[in-house]
Amino acid sequence: MARPDAARAARLLSLLGPFLGLVLVVVLFAFLAPGRFLSAYNLATILTQTVIVALGAIGMTFVIVSGGIDLSVGSVVALASVVTAIALREQAHPALAIAAGVATGALFGAVNGGLVTGLGVAPFVVTLGTMGIARGIAKYLAEEQKVDAPASWVAELMSKSPEPSWLLVAPGVWMTLVLAVFFALVLGRTVFGTHTFAVGSNEATARLCGVRVGRTKLLVYLLAGSFAGLAGVMQFARLTVGDPTTAIGKELDVIAAVVIGGASLSGGSGTILGSMIGAFLMAVLANGCTLTGVPTYVQEILVGAIIVAAVAVDRLRRRRAVR
Amino acid sequence: MRGVEKRYGAVLALSGVDLEVQPGEVHALVGENGAGKSTLMKVLSGAVAPDAGTMEIDGAPFAARGPIDARARGVAMIYQELNLAPDLTVQQNVMLGREARRFGVVLRARMRPAVEEALRFLDRADIAPTTRVRDLGPAARQVVEIARALVGEARLVVMDEPTSSLTQRDAERLLALVRRLRERGVTVIYISHFLEEVKRVADRYTVLRDGRTVATGDVGAAAVRAIVEQMVGRSVEEVFPRVPHEAGDVALSLEAISGTPLPRSATLELRRGEILGIGGLVGAGRTELLRAIFGLAPVRSGRVRVGAVVDAGTSPTARLGQGVGLLSEDRKEEGLALGMSIADNITLSHPRPFARAGWIDRRRQHAAASAWIERLGIRCQGPGQPVSELSGGNQQKVAVARLLHHGVDVLLLDEPTRGIDVGSKVEVYRLAGELAAAGKAILIVSSYVPELLGLCDRVAVMHRGVLGEARPAAEWTEREVVTEASRGAA
Repeated sequence: MARPDAARAARLLSLLGPFLGLVLVVVLFAFLAPGRFLSAYNLATILTQTVIVALGAIGMTFVIVSGGIDLSVGSVVALASVVTAIALREQAHPALAIAAGVATGALFGAVNGGLVTGLGVAPFVVTLGTMGIARGIAKYLAEEQKVDAPASWVAELMSKSPEPSWLLVAPGVWMTLVLAVFFALVLGRTVFGTHTFAVGSNEATARLCGVRVGRTKLLVYLLAGSFAGLAGVMQFARLTVGDPTTAIGKELDVIAAVVIGGASLSGGSGTILGSMIGAFLMAVLANGCTLTGVPTYVQEILVGAIIVAAVAVDRLRRRRAVR
Repeated sequence: MRGVEKRYGAVLALSGVDLEVQPGEVHALVGENGAGKSTLMKVLSGAVAPDAGTMEIDGAPFAARGPIDARARGVAMIYQELNLAPDLTVQQNVMLGREARRFGVVLRARMRPAVEEALRFLDRADIAPTTRVRDLGPAARQVVEIARALVGEARLVVMDEPTSSLTQRDAERLLALVRRLRERGVTVIYISHFLEEVKRVADRYTVLRDGRTVATGDVGAAAVRAIVEQMVGRSVEEVFPRVPHEAGDVALSLEAISGTPLPRSATLELRRGEILGIGGLVGAGRTELLRAIFGLAPVRSGRVRVGAVVDAGTSPTARLGQGVGLLSEDRKEEGLALGMSIADNITLSHPRPFARAGWIDRRRQHAAASAWIERLGIRCQGPGQPVSELSGGNQQKVAVARLLHHGVDVLLLDEPTRGIDVGSKVEVYRLAGELAAAGKAILIVSSYVPELLGLCDRVAVMHRGVLGEARPAAEWTEREVVTEASRGAA
């Protein structure tokens, strides 16, 4: 039996690690770019920049906890942004346009989940395929150009100067926050969340316990697709056009956020809070580097190093827990 | 090998084994399941390091630092689960790791004669070196493994249950092959449950029991009966607490169940308040039978009846709904989600009491888990502790607690005491008795014969996929069970 205190400390560390990383980065930039970095306006900007990756990361956390992966997120974001723009162009009610964007994502999530569970194809391969398919459909629908849409309140979702002003940050940030809290509870406190952990932790055990493994996975991918769709709506709101070539490689940012947040790619562990910290950490890094004039390539190196460091810390933690 | 010891955590798998094998002989290593044969061979092959003892080969001290090292010293292992790369050809498999090459380029033509010669020697020149191993049957695959040992100039070949997955005819050919190896001067350690086979092929034998060498001698001078007695003979005094219980209505009945490929045929009636044991060798199809009943493996033909219900559904989900629960033989791979908490593991199949509209009340869940922890005496820090941090015996109790929490009426227990210490075993026995007294029906698969006879009301033996008649435990002797299980091989 492992020593109790060590085990508990190690578990605490798994959430503390990314949080300390975040604090470190914030302090660093506050020091390097005093005033500008810590201004209310800049913080609101960072939060807005976090929204898209954060939304994707909520769904991705479920997928990764269940032992899967979803590579189609970036393409689905682009497709959903195009669908939302087209709906608005065709005079649909803004709420309906948003619903169309989310539904597009949900549809792709259902296809991903159906192929993973129905045919038993590895999630990596399935979503690699739908990544191409979604991107292609987006380009076809948009006729390979940006889709302009008439002005509507959808764009307000990502506005840096929100109306009414007491909101302080864009409505999209509040939405993300509410969804993150809600789905953190879903993951941690519901039967569905427990089944997600069980499937990712040990699929054979889940089956032995009568968990409907296929249905659980289907729901997980459906959820991830819906979140990618919503992220696509937010992407549209930010750009105010539907862009079929946007968010290329975004899925990697999303996966990185989840992994930095302490989830294991082999499944069975991960938290929404951790993933949100991971998403925020990456946004802070991007923003801070821009403010201090650090070139993009340095930023890319830094993000890469943080991912490797996060996983390395996780490995060390596990090794100690086993001992 | 002298005084070899190996400890796995609290379990002493080997406690002082002596094994002496003469050059050029076929030496049979026999013993019941769990006697330590496989562990001993892992030590010999360098797969695991011994905690004590010495080994010598041809008088020179030998301590394999790993499988490659052992191979370099001329020791080759042929495991039950064959170690071949199915997508490579026969030749590639035979020459794996010792390819003839120049500048890193494999010279296929150069290697061909050696491979063909080995296959010819093994009397299987019909196997083309260019065939993919995937396309070969089990017997031919075994020949490929042996050819690999020959090409590697192994002087000591260890065969672990080589005939267990073979048909009668192929088993015959294998025995002939073992004799040819001996003629060539290769020493063979032959591990088998099938004593008739041992009588025919081996020169000498050693019996292992409870991790100890208990007998060794010439096969010619020993009767099969005598060897069985040496295998079975009791060493540990074990207590089987008897809780009085009485058989009631039929809870589970099987009518000529067959699966793919095992079991071949199983008919059985299990009553409430009854403990029924199934004995037999590993690989006889006992685990497969339990999995087929529980819906984890397809039933090809026959009928499973739970209480009065006939095949209302055959998925694990449906079976649990009908009150049938399975305790997996493989705690780590299947039985438990090791990374999850004790509370989650206990309540995974039945979260309903604490869930409202899908939301789990953690406090009540943990309270229920705590009650089971106390009732079964699970040693832990609390219901939130990950199962991976518990000892084997306590992990097993968590798995049992899940069945109890679910409130199943029919318990299918697959090797419930494997790998747990004696104290925990006794607790499992007592619990089984109490459950039977409470009217539960219990079906136990066990490879440990004293346990079957001491714990169960009735015992049946499964042999090569066919389940024999269930008779009262009092009518069996240990020797009869072992004889029945090892009967008529080769």
